[in-house]
Amino acid sequence: MKKRSRRRSMAAGILMGSSLLLVGSGYAVVSAETTPAPEPTSADSVEQIQLGRQLFLEGCSSCHGLEGQGIASDNATGGNGGPTLIGVGEAAVDFQVSTGRMPLAVPEAQAPRKEPLYSQAEIAALAAYVATLGPGPANPTEEQLNLDNANIAEGGEIFRTNCTQCHNFAGSGGALTDGQYAPSLMNATPKQMWQAMVTGPQQMPVFSNETITDEDKKNLIAYVQALKVEPNPGGLDLGRLGPVAEGLFAWTAGLIALIGVAVWIGAKVR
Amino acid sequence: MSTHDNLPATTDESAAIAQATAALPAHRPRRTDVDPKAARRAERQVALMFLGSAVMTILFVVAFVAIPVDQTVYIWGFGTISASNIALGVTFGLAILLIGAGAIHWSKKLMNEKEIVQLRHPLASTEKDRESAVAAFDDFSADSGFAQRPIVRRSLLTAMALFPIPLIVLLRDLGPLPGTIMRETLWKPGSRIVIDPTGRPVRPSDLAMGGLISAMPADLPAVQEETGNLNARAKAAIILVRMEPQEIIAQQGDNWDYGGILAFSKICTHVGCPIALYEQRTHHLLCPCHQSTFDLADAGNVVFGPAARRLPQLPITIDPEGYLVAVDGFAEPVGPSYWERGDS
Repeated sequence: MKKRSRRRSMAAGILMGSSLLLVGSGYAVVSAETTPAPEPTSADSVEQIQLGRQLFLEGCSSCHGLEGQGIASDNATGGNGGPTLIGVGEAAVDFQVSTGRMPLAVPEAQAPRKEPLYSQAEIAALAAYVATLGPGPANPTEEQLNLDNANIAEGGEIFRTNCTQCHNFAGSGGALTDGQYAPSLMNATPKQMWQAMVTGPQQMPVFSNETITDEDKKNLIAYVQALKVEPNPGGLDLGRLGPVAEGLFAWTAGLIALIGVAVWIGAKVR
Repeated sequence: MSTHDNLPATTDESAAIAQATAALPAHRPRRTDVDPKAARRAERQVALMFLGSAVMTILFVVAFVAIPVDQTVYIWGFGTISASNIALGVTFGLAILLIGAGAIHWSKKLMNEKEIVQLRHPLASTEKDRESAVAAFDDFSADSGFAQRPIVRRSLLTAMALFPIPLIVLLRDLGPLPGTIMRETLWKPGSRIVIDPTGRPVRPSDLAMGGLISAMPADLPAVQEETGNLNARAKAAIILVRMEPQEIIAQQGDNWDYGGILAFSKICTHVGCPIALYEQRTHHLLCPCHQSTFDLADAGNVVFGPAARRLPQLPITIDPEGYLVAVDGFAEPVGPSYWERGDS
């Protein structure tokens, strides 16, 4: 009796262990299937990429080449001088098109921010197509842009160390060379800021996820978001450009007021 | 005989004043001079301004006490601003403006405005005064024997020339001489490069192509804590940039880069502003203060602006753990030029 019961309990243990193993490994298999980024294999994304290619051929290929290989700037052949898009990644496309910088209206010192020409879905399609040309920075996930619990103070420190030189202490932007400029950050969405850091659009250096980590980026973006709603206790912020704008205003407005008073004092009374 | 100009006018001057007065255009009385009603109205206006000022002063005190500092108010054209700021500014500004405006209105409308003539006189003393001054000086010069007794004269001049020396010597007490402090930074062979301000060490692969990051020596936070000032940071701050190795035209030493990663001082050589406006496509680094521009692909040489010296480069490599470290300290002093810097 005793022997049998022991064997039974052993059998129960083995059954329990093996079923646990089965469930566990089954879960692992299932979760392994769901966690990686969606591969472009489903019919949806194939269609999306086809749409993206269509849009690309219509709107982008005259400068960036039929295969996104880029075209040299050449007046003789009419080459429009668009850089290669192989390896720029979906983040770069999403940034450039969603901020309206691309497609370029006219060749100038720097592509300005303007109303985007494409819809959200079209931008996603373009980005998906360009992402197939070569590996590059991906768009941030919602988790990466979740600014809850972000440390704004630390973000401010990172911002002042790495960003203020060009984008100004209040994110108002500033001048570079040859008519180029660092744009104001007041209209940039968190997603666009994230994309700009990892792709380095135009003259902006790249701030990779290894040097400015996800956590750092989150803090930094939260700081800029806080700057956007920062009140102006003193009234007119004069673009938050610092002493030059303020001095210019004080000198011109103040001098005009003083001249007015001087004219009044000197005017002959009837 | 009048030698001083504030004595009563002589007959000549009276005649001149009478002549000038006659040449004046006819005096035109103001409305307030001829119409008592207008004068009373002006009087009321002036008094109203002074009283307005008094009211504003009282309102200033009331606003100071009554309005909480964090209260905001929307004002068209200005946006949402601090209620306390605007109330204090407006009341105080009007209080002082109304005193001034009242005083000017008073003087323009009510005070006497009859034209009078004053003659201009030469500023120089009379010929006679000047001659007597020169004579007195010559007299004293002869009496003292300054010209005749050279030994007295020369010894006095020697004493006078030496007298300021103690004042200069005393300057030495202002503090210790800087010594070599201007040439030294925290960077030494093997110093690990960490990201400013997070303090993470950097692997070469961390820096993307076209990337930039501000960095510091790993021991900087501890030194800063110990000294309690930012002097070490002001000299040791650097930037790391990465470009294609074939884009590098020249460096300040052989192979001072690591696989296209270059480290440069972040302190402008003009007047020492932190400098990190980096254009990744041209590899130009701009200083925001005076637009000095350095070409990081070409040994940090100045391409534009008031900076007189290139930006010092830090030779870097990796340590056995694969993190970026300094091969050596800076070969030349960082930051702006200074007297003892020499030409190195």
